[in-house]
Amino acid sequence: MAAQLKPGQGPLDYGSRTWLKVLFAAIFFVLYAPIITLVAFSFNTDKRGVVWRGFTLDNYTKAWNNASLIEALTNSLVIALIATVFATVLGALTALLMWRFRFPFKGAYEGFMALPIVIPEICMGVALLLFFVNSGMMGLFVALPWPLNLGNIIFAHVTFCFPFVAVVVRSRLVGFNRQLEEASKDLGASEWQTFWSIIVPYMKPGLIAGALLAFTLSLDDFVITFFTSGPETVTFPVKVYSLVRRGVSPEINAASTVLIVITVIATVLAMKLQAPPKADKV
Amino acid sequence: MSDTIVSIRNVTKAFPGGVTAVDNVSIDIEQNEFFALLGPSGCGKTTLLRMISGLETPTGGQIIIGGEDMAYTPPNKRPTNMVFQSYAVFPHMTVEQNVGYGLKVTGVASDEIRRRVGEALEMVKLTALATRKPDQMSGGQRQRVALARALVKRPKVLLLDEPLSALDAKLRDDMRMELTRLQETVGITFIIVTHDQDEALSMASRIAVMDRGAVQQVATPAELYEQPKTRFVADFIGKVNLIEARVHRQIGRKVDCELKGVGRMELVSDNLVGAQVSVAVRPEKLKIASSEPTAAIRVQGKVRDVAYYGDTSHVVIEAADGLNLSVNVQNDTRLGGSGVERGQSIWVYWAPEDSIVLTE
Ligand SMILES: Nc1ncnc2c1ncn2[C@@H]1O[C@H](COP(=O)(O)OP(=O)(O)OP(=O)(O)O)[C@@H](O)[C@H]1O
Ligand SMILES: [Mg+2]
Repeated sequence: MAAQLKPGQGPLDYGSRTWLKVLFAAIFFVLYAPIITLVAFSFNTDKRGVVWRGFTLDNYTKAWNNASLIEALTNSLVIALIATVFATVLGALTALLMWRFRFPFKGAYEGFMALPIVIPEICMGVALLLFFVNSGMMGLFVALPWPLNLGNIIFAHVTFCFPFVAVVVRSRLVGFNRQLEEASKDLGASEWQTFWSIIVPYMKPGLIAGALLAFTLSLDDFVITFFTSGPETVTFPVKVYSLVRRGVSPEINAASTVLIVITVIATVLAMKLQAPPKADKV
Repeated sequence: MSDTIVSIRNVTKAFPGGVTAVDNVSIDIEQNEFFALLGPSGCGKTTLLRMISGLETPTGGQIIIGGEDMAYTPPNKRPTNMVFQSYAVFPHMTVEQNVGYGLKVTGVASDEIRRRVGEALEMVKLTALATRKPDQMSGGQRQRVALARALVKRPKVLLLDEPLSALDAKLRDDMRMELTRLQETVGITFIIVTHDQDEALSMASRIAVMDRGAVQQVATPAELYEQPKTRFVADFIGKVNLIEARVHRQIGRKVDCELKGVGRMELVSDNLVGAQVSVAVRPEKLKIASSEPTAAIRVQGKVRDVAYYGDTSHVVIEAADGLNLSVNVQNDTRLGGSGVERGQSIWVYWAPEDSIVLTE
């Protein structure tokens, strides 16, 4: 530790120390260089995608015209959207249950509920596959027309997404002032009116954050999807994987960049929605 | 007096876990009263108020509001509204929406809501802030929102839990007057909970003093101060000298008793008394003199402490038998001050009718 501070330097002014700045730069480089490379090479003219040869948008056109890639992307988006809706509702209800009510083995349930978050994905994948196959649901869904044939994947995604929503909403609810609920009832509102006009608006930032988390988790899930999808259905990450095995092409870079852009836009939107004008902090 | 609006009969509240927060309380509150529940922290004031509002149900007894037993009626079906200690203003709604909420949920037409919200905001002088959100307002303003939100419902009874405790001293004085003014204008019964005796004495028409879940005395502020019924009330309301006394005999409405450190005398008491009583005398009723006075009750002692308060000085005098007497001396001349100094030998005297004989 430095024995003396420089003039104008506060004791907690770590940002002004050179070695820390260097460390920061190094960490940021390691974190973001791969992503930046991926995005940059999506504009590369080189077919092999190893050396930079010049700027082009051809890769995007090619990706756009690659019907199977687009199909995979559409599948992924549809799955993510539907799974998010279910996961958010289910997660919010679970959070309310744990916040509001007391019941036997509540502590144990809270622990179990969060299990899908910590269980290795590979185990979840195997478990869900066995469940679908043994219960006959696999055959049932696969035979259905699109998008119902995605049912088993959506089901699987909901199971691992909803605990995330529940945890986020639950932690939001901890800060809820129960007197608001009492005030609402005192002013003549029924239980139902109080729920919709006081509790739900309070949960909203948690719901949005949870939904966003569920959406991105579902969109880029590979392992569980790989296990639970039928032979005919392909999602974007699975498709990319199969393409990469046949060799890297800038087309994949382009498609991946699109995916990154979608998630970034979703994140920015969610953050905007979470903080309404002049942020209400309570 | 007019009709009873709230009648609390033998109400008890025992919380699971063995705390009896309210213990067999009976109070009648009249129409249009400004009624205060006063007591030290934890005596059950809030619990009693919450039972009147319906946010808590009693474990025994009746709560009759407007002639109907409502002990187990849910809060949204009662003609009462509450102003919460932390205000509980809805953070995601504007001032207008907050005030209109109680009307909206009960299906009042929207143009009537607009009219009544406008009136209510005017009453609490918040018209200019109608479209603000609560987090852009001061504590005092938020409290006005809470008040308007409750008053707009035109309840039969308005309940206020420590409404002034979160405000600073200046604002508290303003709000005290404001509340009294509002109560007179709207003609609604106010029941206010407070642990601040000044607040209760200055605002309320009647006060119930509570201690450990039980009501000690229900009376007007002046009665509580001049005719306290118990040691607790005498001690809790204002300052008091409590002197132990042994009773020799009782002759009609008089007791012949021996005051510790003062001497034997006859005092008036309405109650039949036991062998031991306390005699209470307010500090401002005591007088001091440097030479022996002619009054019937007089004690000699030494000045132990003098505290200067501007208009008065509080003098503590130590007499025989370890008796300490507090005397308030008016500093009625500029140069004289209290005229006493620490260590000085002095006489204290008071009129017998200023002594209150307390049995419990
Ligand atoms: N929900 C509850 N469960 C158990 N005990 C409670 C509950 N609410 C209050 N009590 C207990 O009941 C007693 C009275 O509480 P109450 O809140 O009515 O006191 P109070 O007079 O309002 O005090 P204060 O001036 O501190 O607000 C206290 O001993 C308190 O611990
Ligand atoms: Mg209280």
